[in-house]
Amino acid sequence: MPSDANASTLAPSENPGGSPSTEPESATSSRAHGASSSSSSSDADLRELEAGLDRLQSSATDRQPSAWKRITRSVVPPIVVVLLAIAAWQLYIVIANPRPDLSPGPVDVFLALQDAARSGRLLEAIATSLGRGLLGFLIAIAVGTPIGLLLAEVAWIRRAVGPIISGLQVLPSVAWVPAAIIWFGLTDATVYFVVLMGAIPSIVNGLVSGIQHVPPQLRRAGRVLGASGFSLARHVVLPAALPGYLAGLRQGWAFSWRSLMAAEIIAFGGTIGFGLGSMLQQGRDLADLASVLGTIIVILAIGVLLELALFAPIERGVLRRRGLAGAGA
Amino acid sequence: MTAGTATDPAGPVAAGEDPAAAGAPGTGAASAGGDAERTGDDAIRIRGLVKRYDRQGPIVLDGIDLTVAPGEFVCLLGASGCGKSTLLSITAGLEKPTLGTVELPLGPSAVMFQEASLFPWLTARRNVELALKLGGVASRDERRARAQELLASVNLSDAGDQRPHELSGGMRQRVALARALAQDRNVLLMDEPFAALDAITRDLLHEELTHVWRRTGRAIVFVTHNVREAARLGQRVLLMSSRPGRIAQEWNLDAEGVDRSDATQVAAAATEITARLREEIRRNAK
Repeated sequence: MPSDANASTLAPSENPGGSPSTEPESATSSRAHGASSSSSSSDADLRELEAGLDRLQSSATDRQPSAWKRITRSVVPPIVVVLLAIAAWQLYIVIANPRPDLSPGPVDVFLALQDAARSGRLLEAIATSLGRGLLGFLIAIAVGTPIGLLLAEVAWIRRAVGPIISGLQVLPSVAWVPAAIIWFGLTDATVYFVVLMGAIPSIVNGLVSGIQHVPPQLRRAGRVLGASGFSLARHVVLPAALPGYLAGLRQGWAFSWRSLMAAEIIAFGGTIGFGLGSMLQQGRDLADLASVLGTIIVILAIGVLLELALFAPIERGVLRRRGLAGAGA
Repeated sequence: MTAGTATDPAGPVAAGEDPAAAGAPGTGAASAGGDAERTGDDAIRIRGLVKRYDRQGPIVLDGIDLTVAPGEFVCLLGASGCGKSTLLSITAGLEKPTLGTVELPLGPSAVMFQEASLFPWLTARRNVELALKLGGVASRDERRARAQELLASVNLSDAGDQRPHELSGGMRQRVALARALAQDRNVLLMDEPFAALDAITRDLLHEELTHVWRRTGRAIVFVTHNVREAARLGQRVLLMSSRPGRIAQEWNLDAEGVDRSDATQVAAAATEITARLREEIRRNAK
């Protein structure tokens, strides 16, 4: 097929006296040739020509918007939306005047949180949950990364274990809570177990897909430069897989945090410390809807803050340095 | 089809004649050629190379014989799918031959591809430094200094701190060239390295590459589908036929006295080669 195509493109100018070059850009190229042959390329001349061309072709170094502009563009819109939502909520309370125990207003929620903060319960809960979430996440990284490397590098293990890992990612990790309570009782081990079961599959999958999406020409370039085995992994494959790995970590954190809340709500009491999930459960027991809603807002806020303050900047930095994301992304 | 074997006598002859015919291309090349003549070694020696990807599959390369002298610039020219890139991959050791032998008596080769394949997470200079590191240059300061020198040698002294995506296509290929030179090998294999560039940039890179070749005296095998490019760069041009890939004809432009810096003479040579190339392509229509 390709040879037929070639033959047909050549056909029009097949007369022997035709243009010598088969490439379409012959006109431009002969002009360029003429120019260069007249100025038969002294080294300094070439240097100047190249410098000029480089300047022409790479003028658009991606311009960073100022920090102020970036903040106003990324932070202001969500804040406006949140304020609007609170205003609408308050408006509903004022107009419909519902039962305060079933539909607390923003003010009630704020007061409930203030109350919890005064008694020290709020800070304790945040510290406990955040500590567990981050520790569990770090353990998940330590466990998931080697598993991911193994799966990415050994094809038969990937074929055997890959689908199971993907399945575990779909399985809600709350499903592990009853088993964990039977195994570990009402201890912190139960909470960590559930967090790990939630986070590890995401991290493994992120790393595996990151490594599998490493462009083959980069591996080939590495091999041609003399890298193999460990040095190829260290200098080429792992750095190239970093964006996928980071995406996996980011998702892994989301799963850690969710699993933690689920575990804290269900596994309550015993030697398990008092976390945000426990605070939710306590609010339910006391039928204190304002406190429950307040806790939900705190859980949400922590998730958003970590995302905005930790993961988003790292990922943006990595992608921008590689020219994979516009500066505004 | 005796076309494949036709290169057999031509190869060694060219190897013997070329350093003289080339009119001593720079000091580096002259000394490299001289050394090798004494030891009688070639840069590349390929004998009876056959490649097919599987037992039933078509023959990609059929009985390729090719000898490249030290410091020689050879262009492999052919239409798409004639197996010229496969031949280069096999020479680079990235693929295995089905039959036949490939020897690189002067040591392994450096390779440059059509896409620059720079590592996007490293700056231009760090890309070159990595090649030095993998090549066994242990001292960090030395790597840095060498990398800067190599970048300067392709007119990129100021671009060292830029990342690949900030560079133009031509600059990226020059960084890739510096990276390939960092390996300090006697043989440089180039697989259509300028095919994706615009004509003006490509023209400058032809000059750049000629300079680098004269200065460093490396043996270069340059794969291309661009007749004019082949005629302009190569001391020898080998035309490959397609399906199966064979060496159909060879032009020893240096021995014929073609001045490759003169556009008119290059165009004349290109006309002749093009006529033969079309003949080869037309053969496939039947």
